[in-house]
Amino acid sequence: MAGNAPMTGAGAAQRYGAGDGIAASGGRSSTNLADILERVLDKGLVIAGDIQVNLLDIELLTIKLRLVIASLDTAREVGINWWENDPWLNAEAGRRPVRGKKTVRGERAGDREPVDGDGIGELREEIRRLHGRVRELESGE
Amino acid sequence: MSGDTGVWTYAITEQAHQSGPDGEVDLSWLSGVGEGKVRTINCSGLTAVVSDVSMAQFGEAALRENLENLDWLDEVARLHHYVVDAAARLFPLLPVRLATVYSGDAATCAALADHRDQLLDTLHRVGGRVEWGVKAYSVPDPDKAEEHAPAAREPAGASTGDGSGLAYLRRRRDQLAAGRESRTAAVNGARVVHAELAGQATEAVVRPPQSAQLSEVRLPMLLNAAYLLDAANGHAFTAAVAAEATAHPELRIELTGPWPPYSFTGDEHDGH
Repeated sequence: MAGNAPMTGAGAAQRYGAGDGIAASGGRSSTNLADILERVLDKGLVIAGDIQVNLLDIELLTIKLRLVIASLDTAREVGINWWENDPWLNAEAGRRPVRGKKTVRGERAGDREPVDGDGIGELREEIRRLHGRVRELESGE
Repeated sequence: MSGDTGVWTYAITEQAHQSGPDGEVDLSWLSGVGEGKVRTINCSGLTAVVSDVSMAQFGEAALRENLENLDWLDEVARLHHYVVDAAARLFPLLPVRLATVYSGDAATCAALADHRDQLLDTLHRVGGRVEWGVKAYSVPDPDKAEEHAPAAREPAGASTGDGSGLAYLRRRRDQLAAGRESRTAAVNGARVVHAELAGQATEAVVRPPQSAQLSEVRLPMLLNAAYLLDAANGHAFTAAVAAEATAHPELRIELTGPWPPYSFTGDEHDGH
Protein backbone atom coordinates (compact mmCIF):
# COMPACT_ATOMS: atom_id res chain seq x y z
CA MET A 1 0.00 0.00 0.00
CA ALA A 2 1.31 3.38 -0.86
CA GLY A 3 -0.14 4.97 2.25
CA ASN A 4 -1.73 8.38 2.20
CA ALA A 5 0.10 9.58 -0.85
CA PRO A 6 -0.59 13.23 -1.52
CA MET A 7 -1.37 14.41 -4.98
CA THR A 8 1.20 16.94 -5.95
CA GLY A 9 2.15 18.48 -9.21
CA ALA A 10 3.14 22.09 -9.26
CA GLY A 11 2.23 23.17 -12.73
CA ALA A 12 1.42 26.62 -13.92
CA ALA A 13 0.72 29.22 -11.31
CA GLN A 14 -2.73 30.55 -10.65
CA ARG A 15 -2.90 34.30 -10.50
CA TYR A 16 -5.54 36.25 -8.73
CA GLY A 17 -6.32 39.90 -8.53
CA ALA A 18 -5.34 43.02 -10.39
CA GLY A 19 -8.24 42.63 -12.76
CA ASP A 20 -6.88 39.43 -14.22
CA GLY A 21 -9.56 37.26 -12.77
CA ILE A 22 -8.27 33.76 -12.28
CA ALA A 23 -6.00 32.68 -15.05
CA ALA A 24 -3.28 30.14 -15.44
CA SER A 25 0.01 31.83 -16.09
CA GLY A 26 2.49 30.72 -18.67
CA GLY A 27 2.28 27.33 -20.30
CA ARG A 28 2.33 24.11 -18.42
CA SER A 29 5.96 23.63 -19.36
CA SER A 30 6.79 26.81 -17.60
CA THR A 31 6.79 26.12 -13.91
CA ASN A 32 8.84 29.13 -12.97
CA LEU A 33 12.52 28.18 -12.75
CA ALA A 34 12.88 30.50 -9.78
CA ASP A 35 10.19 28.57 -7.91
CA ILE A 36 11.95 25.27 -8.59
CA LEU A 37 15.45 26.52 -7.76
CA GLU A 38 14.24 28.11 -4.58
CA ARG A 39 13.04 24.71 -3.47
CA VAL A 40 15.64 22.29 -4.75
CA LEU A 41 18.64 24.50 -3.94
CA ASP A 42 17.57 26.55 -0.94
CA LYS A 43 15.28 23.97 0.62
CA GLY A 44 15.03 20.21 0.65
CA LEU A 45 16.48 17.83 3.15
CA VAL A 46 20.15 18.24 3.87
CA ILE A 47 21.93 15.01 4.68
CA ALA A 48 25.63 14.90 4.14
CA GLY A 49 26.47 13.17 0.90
CA ASP A 50 29.89 11.81 0.07
CA ILE A 51 29.92 14.33 -2.64
CA GLN A 52 28.06 17.42 -1.79
CA VAL A 53 28.83 20.85 -2.93
CA ASN A 54 29.45 23.24 -0.11
CA LEU A 55 26.23 24.95 0.90
CA LEU A 56 27.84 28.34 0.96
CA ASP A 57 28.70 27.84 -2.67
CA ILE A 58 25.17 26.87 -3.46
CA GLU A 59 23.90 29.85 -1.62
CA LEU A 60 26.22 32.11 -3.49
CA LEU A 61 25.22 30.47 -6.71
CA THR A 62 21.56 30.89 -5.98
CA ILE A 63 21.92 34.56 -5.37
CA LYS A 64 24.05 34.96 -8.43
CA LEU A 65 21.43 33.10 -10.41
CA ARG A 66 18.69 35.33 -9.19
CA LEU A 67 20.61 38.20 -10.62
CA VAL A 68 21.70 36.41 -13.75
CA ILE A 69 18.17 35.40 -14.61
CA ALA A 70 17.05 38.90 -13.82
CA SER A 71 19.75 40.19 -16.10
CA LEU A 72 18.52 38.20 -19.06
CA ASP A 73 15.17 39.96 -18.82
CA THR A 74 16.62 43.29 -18.05
CA ALA A 75 19.36 43.27 -20.61
CA ARG A 76 17.01 42.25 -23.37
CA GLU A 77 14.11 44.45 -22.57
CA VAL A 78 15.67 47.50 -21.04
CA GLY A 79 19.03 47.29 -22.70
CA ILE A 80 21.10 47.82 -19.58
CA ASN A 81 23.82 45.61 -18.21
CA TRP A 82 24.50 46.96 -14.75
CA TRP A 83 25.22 43.46 -13.55
CA GLU A 84 28.21 42.92 -15.79
CA ASN A 85 30.17 45.67 -14.11
CA ASP A 86 28.94 45.14 -10.61
CA PRO A 87 32.02 44.28 -8.54
CA TRP A 88 29.83 42.47 -6.04
CA LEU A 89 28.79 40.04 -8.73
CA ASN A 90 32.33 39.46 -9.81
CA ALA A 91 33.59 38.76 -6.32
CA GLU A 92 33.23 35.02 -6.64
CA ALA A 93 36.95 34.42 -6.41
CA GLY A 94 36.79 35.77 -2.87
CA ARG A 95 33.81 33.55 -2.00
CA ARG A 96 32.56 36.24 0.31
CA PRO A 97 29.80 35.07 2.56
CA VAL A 98 26.80 37.03 1.42
CA ARG A 99 24.13 35.75 3.70
CA GLY A 100 21.67 38.35 4.83
CA LYS A 101 22.51 40.59 1.93
CA LYS A 102 20.48 38.83 -0.64
CA THR A 103 17.20 40.51 0.10
CA VAL A 104 18.79 43.89 0.05
CA ARG A 105 20.53 43.16 -3.21
CA GLY A 106 17.40 41.69 -4.69
CA GLU A 107 15.42 44.77 -3.82
CA ARG A 108 18.05 47.04 -5.14
CA ALA A 109 18.21 45.07 -8.32
CA GLY A 110 14.48 45.31 -8.76
CA ASP A 111 13.86 48.81 -7.61
CA ARG A 112 15.45 51.63 -9.44
CA GLU A 113 13.97 54.31 -7.21
CA PRO A 114 16.09 55.73 -4.44
CA VAL A 115 15.19 53.93 -1.26
CA ASP A 116 14.93 56.74 1.23
CA GLY A 117 11.60 56.52 2.95
CA ASP A 118 10.36 60.07 2.48
CA GLY A 119 10.83 60.64 -1.22
CA ILE A 120 13.52 63.30 -0.82
CA GLY A 121 15.74 61.43 -3.24
CA GLU A 122 12.98 61.33 -5.80
CA LEU A 123 12.41 65.07 -5.47
CA ARG A 124 16.13 65.73 -5.77
CA GLU A 125 16.14 63.75 -8.97
CA GLU A 126 13.20 65.80 -10.26
CA ILE A 127 14.98 69.01 -9.37
CA ARG A 128 18.09 67.87 -11.17
CA ARG A 129 16.03 67.19 -14.23
CA LEU A 130 14.26 70.54 -13.97
CA HIS A 131 17.57 72.36 -13.67
CA GLY A 132 18.70 70.68 -16.83
CA ARG A 133 15.49 71.66 -18.57
CA VAL A 134 15.86 75.29 -17.49
CA ARG A 135 19.42 75.37 -18.80
CA GLU A 136 18.21 73.97 -22.10
CA LEU A 137 15.51 76.61 -22.40
CA GLU A 138 17.89 79.40 -21.45
CA SER A 139 20.50 78.36 -23.95
CA GLY A 140 17.81 78.07 -26.61
CA GLU A 141 16.84 81.74 -26.26
CA MET B 1 30.05 -0.13 -7.26
CA SER B 2 32.95 1.25 -9.15
CA GLY B 3 34.34 4.72 -8.69
CA ASP B 4 32.88 5.78 -12.00
CA THR B 5 29.33 5.81 -10.73
CA GLY B 6 27.65 7.73 -7.97
CA VAL B 7 24.21 7.56 -6.35
CA TRP B 8 22.10 10.68 -6.83
CA THR B 9 19.44 10.97 -4.13
CA TYR B 10 16.00 12.47 -4.76
CA ALA B 11 13.93 11.64 -1.75
CA ILE B 12 13.68 9.55 1.38
CA THR B 13 10.68 7.69 2.66
CA GLU B 14 9.79 5.02 5.15
CA GLN B 15 10.18 1.57 3.70
CA ALA B 16 6.63 0.76 4.80
CA HIS B 17 5.32 3.63 2.69
CA GLN B 18 6.45 2.33 -0.61
CA SER B 19 6.18 -1.40 -0.18
CA GLY B 20 3.09 -3.40 0.64
CA PRO B 21 1.39 -6.72 -0.04
CA ASP B 22 1.87 -6.15 -3.77
CA GLY B 23 5.58 -5.51 -3.34
CA GLU B 24 7.47 -2.28 -3.78
CA VAL B 25 6.19 0.61 -5.80
CA ASP B 26 7.97 0.36 -9.13
CA LEU B 27 9.82 3.54 -10.07
CA SER B 28 11.92 2.16 -12.90
CA TRP B 29 9.68 3.89 -15.43
CA LEU B 30 11.10 7.17 -14.17
CA SER B 31 14.21 8.51 -15.79
CA GLY B 32 16.25 10.77 -13.58
CA VAL B 33 19.23 13.09 -13.69
CA GLY B 34 21.74 11.96 -16.31
CA GLU B 35 19.09 9.62 -17.77
CA GLY B 36 19.64 6.95 -15.13
CA LYS B 37 16.70 4.75 -14.19
CA VAL B 38 15.20 5.58 -10.85
CA ARG B 39 15.50 2.84 -8.23
CA THR B 40 15.30 2.47 -4.46
CA ILE B 41 17.75 1.54 -1.73
CA ASN B 42 16.27 0.04 1.43
CA CYS B 43 17.95 0.00 4.81
CA SER B 44 17.22 0.75 8.46
CA GLY B 45 13.51 0.77 7.64
CA LEU B 46 14.04 3.73 5.32
CA THR B 47 14.08 3.94 1.56
CA ALA B 48 16.12 6.29 -0.59
CA VAL B 49 14.84 7.11 -4.07
CA VAL B 50 17.98 7.31 -6.22
CA SER B 51 19.47 6.90 -9.66
CA ASP B 52 23.01 6.13 -10.74
CA VAL B 53 24.99 8.98 -12.22
CA SER B 54 28.34 9.20 -13.91
CA MET B 55 30.99 10.73 -11.67
CA ALA B 56 32.50 12.38 -14.71
CA GLN B 57 29.38 14.51 -14.89
CA PHE B 58 28.20 14.52 -11.30
CA GLY B 59 31.33 14.10 -9.20
CA GLU B 60 32.43 16.89 -6.93
CA ALA B 61 34.62 18.74 -9.39
CA ALA B 62 32.12 18.36 -12.21
CA LEU B 63 29.25 19.50 -10.03
CA ARG B 64 31.13 22.53 -8.90
CA GLU B 65 31.65 23.53 -12.47
CA ASN B 66 28.26 22.46 -13.83
CA LEU B 67 26.27 24.17 -11.12
CA GLU B 68 27.59 27.44 -12.45
CA ASN B 69 26.09 26.70 -15.83
CA LEU B 70 22.55 28.00 -15.91
CA ASP B 71 21.32 25.75 -18.72
CA TRP B 72 22.74 22.70 -17.01
CA LEU B 73 21.23 23.72 -13.70
CA ASP B 74 17.86 24.44 -15.28
CA GLU B 75 17.72 20.96 -16.79
CA VAL B 76 19.03 19.11 -13.74
CA ALA B 77 16.81 21.04 -11.31
CA ARG B 78 13.75 20.22 -13.40
CA LEU B 79 14.71 16.52 -13.67
CA HIS B 80 15.35 16.31 -9.95
CA HIS B 81 12.02 17.98 -9.24
CA TYR B 82 10.26 15.75 -11.76
CA VAL B 83 11.37 12.60 -9.96
CA VAL B 84 10.62 13.99 -6.50
CA ASP B 85 7.20 15.13 -7.67
CA ALA B 86 6.34 11.86 -9.40
CA ALA B 87 7.37 9.80 -6.37
CA ALA B 88 5.47 12.16 -4.04
CA ARG B 89 2.29 11.23 -5.87
CA LEU B 90 2.88 7.60 -4.93
CA PHE B 91 3.96 7.78 -1.29
CA PRO B 92 4.75 10.31 1.44
CA LEU B 93 8.38 11.40 1.26
CA LEU B 94 11.02 13.96 2.15
CA PRO B 95 12.57 15.75 -0.84
CA VAL B 96 16.36 15.79 -0.69
CA ARG B 97 18.33 18.85 -1.68
CA LEU B 98 19.76 18.98 -5.18
CA ALA B 99 23.23 17.52 -5.70
CA THR B 100 23.33 15.06 -2.82
CA VAL B 101 25.49 12.29 -4.25
CA TYR B 102 26.89 9.17 -2.59
CA SER B 103 29.75 6.99 -3.73
CA GLY B 104 27.57 3.89 -3.68
CA ASP B 105 24.65 2.03 -2.08
CA ALA B 106 26.61 1.28 1.09
CA ALA B 107 27.39 4.95 1.62
CA THR B 108 23.75 5.86 1.05
CA CYS B 109 22.72 3.29 3.66
CA ALA B 110 25.24 4.63 6.13
CA ALA B 111 23.78 8.13 5.76
CA LEU B 112 20.25 6.83 6.27
CA ALA B 113 21.34 4.92 9.37
CA ASP B 114 23.18 7.95 10.77
CA HIS B 115 20.15 10.20 10.46
CA ARG B 116 17.46 7.60 11.03
CA ASP B 117 15.73 9.19 14.03
CA GLN B 118 15.75 12.67 12.58
CA LEU B 119 14.49 11.38 9.24
CA LEU B 120 11.65 9.44 10.83
CA ASP B 121 10.63 12.44 12.95
CA THR B 122 10.55 14.69 9.92
CA LEU B 123 8.68 12.10 7.88
CA HIS B 124 6.02 11.85 10.54
CA ARG B 125 5.74 15.62 10.64
CA VAL B 126 5.55 16.42 6.93
CA GLY B 127 5.22 13.12 5.07
CA GLY B 128 1.94 12.98 3.19
CA ARG B 129 1.44 16.73 3.38
CA VAL B 130 1.87 19.13 0.51
CA GLU B 131 3.23 22.61 0.14
CA TRP B 132 1.46 25.52 -1.54
CA GLY B 133 3.39 28.58 -2.66
CA VAL B 134 1.81 32.01 -2.41
CA LYS B 135 3.33 35.20 -3.73
CA ALA B 136 1.79 38.64 -3.43
CA TYR B 137 2.76 41.63 -5.54
CA SER B 138 1.91 45.25 -5.05
CA VAL B 139 -0.36 46.54 -7.78
CA PRO B 140 0.36 50.12 -8.86
CA ASP B 141 -2.59 52.43 -8.50
CA PRO B 142 -1.96 55.35 -10.85
CA ASP B 143 -5.55 56.62 -10.68
CA LYS B 144 -5.28 57.04 -7.00
CA ALA B 145 -1.98 58.87 -7.28
CA GLU B 146 -3.56 61.30 -9.76
CA GLU B 147 -6.62 61.80 -7.58
CA HIS B 148 -4.47 62.80 -4.69
CA ALA B 149 -2.48 65.24 -6.75
CA PRO B 150 -4.10 68.59 -5.96
CA ALA B 151 -4.03 70.14 -9.38
CA ALA B 152 -6.38 72.93 -8.23
CA ARG B 153 -4.18 73.95 -5.34
CA GLU B 154 -1.70 75.97 -7.35
CA PRO B 155 -0.77 79.24 -5.70
CA ALA B 156 -1.99 82.58 -7.01
CA GLY B 157 1.39 83.35 -8.49
CA ALA B 158 1.27 80.26 -10.62
CA SER B 159 1.75 82.26 -13.79
CA THR B 160 5.27 83.30 -12.77
CA GLY B 161 8.06 80.89 -13.51
CA ASP B 162 8.99 80.39 -9.85
CA GLY B 163 5.40 79.78 -8.83
CA SER B 164 4.73 77.08 -11.37
CA GLY B 165 7.96 75.33 -10.53
CA LEU B 166 7.00 75.33 -6.89
CA ALA B 167 3.51 74.14 -7.70
CA TYR B 168 4.97 71.36 -9.76
CA LEU B 169 7.17 70.23 -6.91
CA ARG B 170 4.24 70.35 -4.50
CA ARG B 171 2.17 68.27 -6.87
CA ARG B 172 4.99 65.76 -7.28
CA ARG B 173 5.49 65.60 -3.53
CA ASP B 174 1.81 64.82 -3.04
CA GLN B 175 1.85 62.25 -5.79
CA LEU B 176 4.83 60.56 -4.20
CA ALA B 177 3.12 60.64 -0.83
CA ALA B 178 0.06 58.97 -2.35
CA GLY B 179 2.32 56.35 -3.90
CA ARG B 180 3.90 55.68 -0.53
CA GLU B 181 0.49 55.38 1.06
CA SER B 182 -0.64 52.79 -1.44
CA ARG B 183 2.63 50.89 -1.00
CA THR B 184 2.12 50.87 2.76
CA ALA B 185 -1.42 49.63 2.25
CA ALA B 186 -0.12 46.84 0.02
CA VAL B 187 2.54 45.79 2.55
CA ASN B 188 -0.07 45.68 5.30
CA GLY B 189 -2.39 43.74 3.01
CA ALA B 190 0.33 41.17 2.35
CA ARG B 191 0.84 40.77 6.11
CA VAL B 192 -2.85 40.17 6.62
CA VAL B 193 -2.99 37.65 3.77
CA HIS B 194 -0.05 35.76 5.23
CA ALA B 195 -1.57 35.71 8.71
CA GLU B 196 -4.89 34.41 7.35
CA LEU B 197 -3.29 31.69 5.23
CA ALA B 198 -0.80 30.67 7.92
CA GLY B 199 -3.79 30.20 10.21
CA GLN B 200 -5.06 27.49 7.89
CA ALA B 201 -1.73 25.75 7.48
CA THR B 202 0.14 23.26 9.64
CA GLU B 203 3.33 25.23 9.12
CA ALA B 204 4.34 28.29 7.15
CA VAL B 205 7.65 29.60 5.82
CA VAL B 206 8.35 33.08 4.49
CA ARG B 207 11.20 33.45 2.02
CA PRO B 208 12.98 36.53 0.76
CA PRO B 209 11.10 38.03 -2.17
CA GLN B 210 12.34 37.08 -5.61
CA SER B 211 13.81 40.02 -7.48
CA ALA B 212 11.32 42.01 -9.50
CA GLN B 213 12.97 41.03 -12.77
CA LEU B 214 13.08 37.37 -11.87
CA SER B 215 9.42 36.94 -11.17
CA GLU B 216 7.59 37.05 -14.45
CA VAL B 217 5.45 39.79 -13.01
CA ARG B 218 7.17 43.15 -13.06
CA LEU B 219 5.70 44.30 -9.80
CA PRO B 220 7.31 44.53 -6.38
CA MET B 221 6.94 41.19 -4.59
CA LEU B 222 5.75 41.71 -1.03
CA LEU B 223 5.19 38.13 0.04
CA ASN B 224 6.90 34.89 -0.96
CA ALA B 225 5.64 32.19 1.33
CA ALA B 226 5.04 28.43 1.49
CA TYR B 227 2.32 26.71 3.48
CA LEU B 228 2.23 23.09 4.58
CA LEU B 229 -1.18 21.46 4.40
CA ASP B 230 -2.82 18.08 4.49
CA ALA B 231 -3.34 17.00 0.92
CA ALA B 232 -7.08 16.81 1.54
CA ASN B 233 -7.25 20.51 2.43
CA GLY B 234 -6.23 21.72 -1.01
CA HIS B 235 -9.71 22.82 -2.02
CA ALA B 236 -10.28 24.82 1.13
CA PHE B 237 -6.87 26.44 0.86
CA THR B 238 -7.17 27.47 -2.78
CA ALA B 239 -10.61 28.88 -2.00
CA ALA B 240 -9.09 30.83 0.89
CA VAL B 241 -6.41 32.22 -1.41
CA ALA B 242 -9.03 33.30 -3.94
CA ALA B 243 -11.02 34.95 -1.15
CA GLU B 244 -7.94 36.84 0.02
CA ALA B 245 -7.34 38.03 -3.52
CA THR B 246 -10.88 39.41 -3.67
CA ALA B 247 -10.49 41.07 -0.29
CA HIS B 248 -7.20 42.70 -1.28
CA PRO B 249 -7.46 44.51 -4.60
CA GLU B 250 -4.18 46.27 -3.77
CA LEU B 251 -2.40 42.96 -4.33
CA ARG B 252 -1.89 40.51 -7.11
CA ILE B 253 -1.73 37.05 -5.61
CA GLU B 254 -0.09 34.08 -7.27
CA LEU B 255 -0.59 30.52 -6.14
CA THR B 256 1.62 27.55 -7.07
CA GLY B 257 1.31 23.96 -6.04
CA PRO B 258 0.75 21.56 -4.66
CA TRP B 259 4.46 20.90 -4.28
CA PRO B 260 6.17 18.07 -2.43
CA PRO B 261 7.02 19.49 1.01
CA TYR B 262 10.45 20.90 0.06
CA SER B 263 10.26 23.86 2.38
CA PHE B 264 9.44 21.89 5.50
CA THR B 265 12.07 19.19 5.62
CA GLY B 266 13.70 20.33 8.80
CA ASP B 267 15.69 22.83 10.65
CA GLU B 268 16.22 25.92 8.54
CA HIS B 269 19.78 26.13 9.73
CA ASP B 270 20.72 22.57 8.97
CA GLY B 271 24.24 22.31 7.72
CA HIS B 272 24.91 26.05 7.90
